Amino acid sequence: MATTEHRPNIGATPRRKEDPELITGEARYTEDLTPPRTAHVVMVRSPFAHANIRGIDTAAAKAHPGVSDVLTAADLEGAFAAPLVCAWPIVDDIKIPPVYPVEGTRARYAGQIVAVVVADSRAAAQDAAELVEVDYDPLPAVIDPEEAMADGAPQLFDDVPNNVTYHWRSKEHSPVPSAGDPDPIMASAPVVVKERFRLERLVPNAMEPRSILVEPNASQGEYVMTSATQIPHIVRTVLTLITGVPEAKLRVIAPAVGGGFGSKLQVYAEDAICLALARRLGRPVKWTADRTEEFVSVHHGRDQWQEIELAADADGKLRAVRVRIVAGMGAHHLLLTPGIPMLGAWLYGGCYTADAYSVEIIGVFTNNTPTDAYRGAGRPEATYAIERAMDALARKVGKDPAELRRMNMIPTDAFPNYTIMSGLSVDSGDYTGSLDKLLATLDYQGLRREQAARRASGAARQLGIGLSTWIEMCGLAPSRVAGALKLVCGLWEACTVKVMPTGTIQVMIGVTAHGQGHETTFSQMLADQLGVDYDDVQIIAGDTLTVPFGMDTYGSRSLAVGGIAMHNAGEKVIAKARGIAAHTLECAEEDLEFANGSFTVKGTDRSFGIKEAAFAAWTAHNLPDGMEPGLEATYVYDPPNFSWPGGAHACVTEVDTHTGAVKILRYVSVDDCGVIINPQIVEGQVHGGVAQGIAEALFEGAQYDEAGNLVTGTMTTYLVPSAAEMPSFEVLNNPNAPSPTNPLGVKGIGEAGTIASPPAVINSVVDALSHLGVTNVERPATPERVWRAIQEAGQ
Amino acid sequence: MIPAEFDYRVAGSVEEAIGLLSGNEDAKLIAGGHSLIPLMKTRLARPSMLIDVARVPGLTGVARDGGTLRIGAMTRWHDLERDPVLREHCPIVAEAAGQVGDPQVRHAGTIGGSVAHCDPASDIPAVLLALDAVIVAQGPGGTRRIAASECFEGFFQSALAHDEVLTAVEVPVLDGAGCAYVKFNQRAIDWAIVAVAAVVRHSGGTISEARIALTNMGTTPVRARAAEAAMAGASGDAIAAAAALADQGTDPPEDTFAGAEYRRNLARVLTLRAVERAMGA
Repeated sequence: MATTEHRPNIGATPRRKEDPELITGEARYTEDLTPPRTAHVVMVRSPFAHANIRGIDTAAAKAHPGVSDVLTAADLEGAFAAPLVCAWPIVDDIKIPPVYPVEGTRARYAGQIVAVVVADSRAAAQDAAELVEVDYDPLPAVIDPEEAMADGAPQLFDDVPNNVTYHWRSKEHSPVPSAGDPDPIMASAPVVVKERFRLERLVPNAMEPRSILVEPNASQGEYVMTSATQIPHIVRTVLTLITGVPEAKLRVIAPAVGGGFGSKLQVYAEDAICLALARRLGRPVKWTADRTEEFVSVHHGRDQWQEIELAADADGKLRAVRVRIVAGMGAHHLLLTPGIPMLGAWLYGGCYTADAYSVEIIGVFTNNTPTDAYRGAGRPEATYAIERAMDALARKVGKDPAELRRMNMIPTDAFPNYTIMSGLSVDSGDYTGSLDKLLATLDYQGLRREQAARRASGAARQLGIGLSTWIEMCGLAPSRVAGALKLVCGLWEACTVKVMPTGTIQVMIGVTAHGQGHETTFSQMLADQLGVDYDDVQIIAGDTLTVPFGMDTYGSRSLAVGGIAMHNAGEKVIAKARGIAAHTLECAEEDLEFANGSFTVKGTDRSFGIKEAAFAAWTAHNLPDGMEPGLEATYVYDPPNFSWPGGAHACVTEVDTHTGAVKILRYVSVDDCGVIINPQIVEGQVHGGVAQGIAEALFEGAQYDEAGNLVTGTMTTYLVPSAAEMPSFEVLNNPNAPSPTNPLGVKGIGEAGTIASPPAVINSVVDALSHLGVTNVERPATPERVWRAIQEAGQ
Repeated sequence: MIPAEFDYRVAGSVEEAIGLLSGNEDAKLIAGGHSLIPLMKTRLARPSMLIDVARVPGLTGVARDGGTLRIGAMTRWHDLERDPVLREHCPIVAEAAGQVGDPQVRHAGTIGGSVAHCDPASDIPAVLLALDAVIVAQGPGGTRRIAASECFEGFFQSALAHDEVLTAVEVPVLDGAGCAYVKFNQRAIDWAIVAVAAVVRHSGGTISEARIALTNMGTTPVRARAAEAAMAGASGDAIAAAAALADQGTDPPEDTFAGAEYRRNLARVLTLRAVERAMGA
């Protein structure tokens, strides 16, 4: 009698476990916590992008009622054992000038911390911060990374000539061989297109700003830090390096965290300052960023000048890809700053085949906020360049952009394990399948006919159809690869599954959610695996004391790495329970089959449930000889490969040629994110990701004045769009290419929308206007920029 | 994002508010607060006292008196947007009110607060200018009536004295005239990059009179006089030609949203669209 396995949860959309406390306001964010005797911290920040600090007078601020101390870099000498940490020195000769949490001699960006005010209330600290008198000697500032590397540009550091911190070349620095050398092909190919794009800086705007509370137990030298962070484990390790507080005496808790998008994948000056102050003062210390402050102090994203060249045959068959990136680092390196552009260096060939490939990246210091990971981190940049360039190639050879893409795609039968032109092995994909589904859903030919009719009539509002057929590497990452790329950590993940005596299950996992819905997704998976109820599973994360040492949440890794750690821990639990069941049922383990939470002796109705095994393991009255009591297991999973989602997106726009306004009529996505655990959560990630990509394409961009001040530093001037500006998304998936790399076939979806959508949007705008001679609109494609592109093309 | 210290008083009457203002040069009236509070949080404004007039009785609602509609100064955008009298007799006010900010703003912000704040990017001043509206203010010496054309003196500078309280706005009943408010922005919640208010009398496709006022084309809302003059008697293509004069005499700002040249283009394009809509196109 074979038992049919019942998996009611995977692929379903149960009620999300996260939502009740968020909806009712019971969720506790860091800012909600104010223990007795809390000292409130306000940072004094440089208003100048570049200035020598001649002196700081803190007397008036110290005299303000309620102020307990005002500290400068000089006062905090000795508080820090090391400068801020950069964990990704991507080449041996990279220049990483030491920068400490509080700057004492030279401010290098507007927003850099130059003094710290501590008071009994936030208001008193804020008032006193205005009384700190800093004597600045302003210096010339440089914001644009290309200008910064030119001779004669203002120099940020004396020992970093031309502000160039590194020069990474795939030919020299890639640990895997790329396809051939593009240089000779570029010189001889029948068709070459060369495109140049500016990717403006983006400011991450998580709904919850950063917030930190440090509670000391001074006599024991112990500290509990509660922080709005994506990475409690990494924060702990790095803060130990910076402050010297022993790692074993530091506990970091990420409570409810309201979004991150990479901005909370960081160990900031403020983290180190709060810990140092708690040690110095022996009382709880709290700092919460206000929104204006967050605009200049949270790390930024993107900031690149891109040059991409494609060589092709006359019919558009791609032969070679050559890329040169000048990447703005901001004023100094933070945790992963140098590596972010390089994380994209593997994807400038997209989902296409070619004979030759090279990428070089020049990292440049500039007088503004440091850059680092922002949703997609390197991969949206790469996807933007190749997908925009493919449209340029299509125009050049006179082919439809969909057709040009199809003829150059990696064929589905090339999988599994196809080596792409950058040298990495992609485990699975079905790019033509996604494109076909997209075009059919769009009625692509019908749209092209409507476009032709509008062009013929000379209508004010023209139609554009933009495509983006994308690929990404996520599920970060195989630790050996991380090492080969010079990242100073592994990227494995850890999970403990503990079956309690009464049968409910605690899962302690190293990845921590800040909006992703881990509790729901992981509960669904484990419930099906162990054959228990969804509500029997409790997910615990975000506390270095209670969960196994993990590597936290970013890079679409929670499911494809953390989820597999949990799955494998679950398999160990089942294996142990099987031993107990066999012992109890007096049969061989091989005679048992496990389904729906129960071990059954094959061909009989004798069975023993996993919950019974948990109780037996707890009493330990009758366990097999030598077996440890208790039913729990830990697995530390190091993925053998990245996961490789891909897909095809289309954006249909209507462009008002009189005003330059862009209206998105339709946005259709077909994504392959592997096996889907929870369709609603996947759909939500696509909605949010695409919205963020549309924001990047049409709305958001950090603008600076000549002096280096951020002039789009508020929610009024930095245009984060809302639902009112979004179309209704048509979200489809391609289920034909589950990952063969992990036992669940999952890939990841957290960053896909942000990676895929910006080129789809801009390609659509350019497509709407190409008959007028427009070939490029810089992003964000504001109405004025679109209007100017039309005017310039008409001249 | 914490304001500097201030006192807070709730005025029970216009007279009480005037008294408090008279005694304190740094005091500010607060209505909906959606312009003032952000300025205070960033400490660009530091009033020593806020006098809350939002709850003063008798300052809300729309009432018809012959050919005039009297709008209480503390009437909120949301209520203006839905007011049946306004929608029937002066729909451009309701139309503009419905485009201010987002629902949260429209449930707090008031017409009087916006007029007194005098932001050149705000919607209602240009509408009042196109309507030849009257602003009613009460001060220690009594009540005075200010023509809209005299009210918006400069950048965030109204004709109201420090100790005057704006109590009402009077707009005409639009018998037979068409009207439209066309606003251009990137996000629904934003201030206008440029907007155009048009009140047009027309018959059989020919315009007899057009009153056109522009939002955010200078330090105050401005009438598009050259376009208005060319519109009189115009029909067909002549209307488009007249609209192309809309930016004449303006001095549009350059900011992070747009440059002056682009704003001039918008003024021309949106004027034509507003006039066409006012004429029922």
